[in-house]
Amino acid sequence: MSNRYVFMYASVMVIVVALVLSTAATLLRPMQERNMRIEKMQNILSTIGISAPRGEAIELFDQYIAQTKVLNHLGEEIEGDAFEVDLQDENRKPVEERQLPLFIADVDGELFYIVPVRGNGLWGAIWGYLSFRGDLTTIAGANFDHASETPGLGAEISDPPFERQFVGKKIFDEDGEFKPVVVVRGGAPSDDDHAVDAISGGTITSNGVTAMIRNGLEVYKPYFLKKKTS
Amino acid sequence: MSEEKNNIPKETLFSPKNKRLLSDPIGKENPITVQVLGICSVLAVTVQLRASLVLAIAVVAVMGLANVIISILRHGIPPRIRIIVQLTVVASLVILVDQVLKAFVYDVSRQLSVFVGLIITNCIIMGRLEAFALNNKVWPSFLDGVGNAAGYGSILLLVAAVRESLGSGTLMGYQVIPDFMYNIGYVDNGFMILPPMALITVGVIIWIHRHRDRALVDVS
Repeated sequence: MSNRYVFMYASVMVIVVALVLSTAATLLRPMQERNMRIEKMQNILSTIGISAPRGEAIELFDQYIAQTKVLNHLGEEIEGDAFEVDLQDENRKPVEERQLPLFIADVDGELFYIVPVRGNGLWGAIWGYLSFRGDLTTIAGANFDHASETPGLGAEISDPPFERQFVGKKIFDEDGEFKPVVVVRGGAPSDDDHAVDAISGGTITSNGVTAMIRNGLEVYKPYFLKKKTS
Repeated sequence: MSEEKNNIPKETLFSPKNKRLLSDPIGKENPITVQVLGICSVLAVTVQLRASLVLAIAVVAVMGLANVIISILRHGIPPRIRIIVQLTVVASLVILVDQVLKAFVYDVSRQLSVFVGLIITNCIIMGRLEAFALNNKVWPSFLDGVGNAAGYGSILLLVAAVRESLGSGTLMGYQVIPDFMYNIGYVDNGFMILPPMALITVGVIIWIHRHRDRALVDVS
């Protein structure tokens, strides 16, 4: 067989494959996006202790999430749909131009403030949601996920034992200074309100979580401080 | 071509030879227990039966289709790039499967995570394409692909059933160990959830398999 035939064969094959795959991706996209929206709702709800089954997630989300807001870096409310804000895009913009989503949940009369965070792990993106009690200092729940961290090591940030550590931790100290939770290698002292244990073998991912929380919450600080004093 | 066909007695769809293509890989030519291929995904996904079932179905689909496609193309594939062609076919099918899973069974797709993508690297698939589909007609190739995938899948399900029932006390997510067992002090074996137990379970299956079929015992 001539080189010409080999080249032709390879080219035709690649074009056919590209057509088939792009058609499939286009046709299935709406369903995949719906699944991702539902998962986002489930993740947000899980930070306030509500585990929503797939089928009921949309209903429960509407029931518990009382308000959604988009804030700017000064903590002022601006126009926008909080659920649709993509942190990946926002994090690339200068702080002054960012849209900051905030979800306010009402669970039997108690308000919870839920903010999304996003950063980098070892291999790819990591993200999550943190919910705060009415004092805007104490963490009520955390939910993390990742794109491609190592299973059994870094990937454990999305497991409940790691997430549960954050419950009750604080992001402001007694003097009201911003002091976000850090993930400590080798174990955090049990009486430290601002630290949790890192994952063995997942140091870079753990450091990524620390950075993600600090950077992610820093931009909400003006809003939190305003809300705390009022 | 048509004259040639008339001289050969027509083979029925499920002739004994074709049936063997389907049944041998489940038994005495099982890709996992006899050829010891594809072990890595067995270790990874067999914690729960549901995930294993989905992966088994995915592998059956990919392997059946890949064997058919390669068999159809077998006279046109330039030998020099045949491995690349095989890889392209398998990779495209895997991407399709991954997209379909994401659209219809999102939870399971999350759970299987990288292992759907890693079907590409499952040496059983490339092995069958290279050893069988390139030299055989479409229908036998299809049976060979489905047979080997079923052989792989059956072990996957067996291991998953053992690990999920002993490790979590459930099957397909439903509780199978009755409550009174827990009340009298039965505890789920957490070790079963860890990868080493998959290896040990596969080892035990290989042991039983060889005990029953002496021809498989390697005396050397």
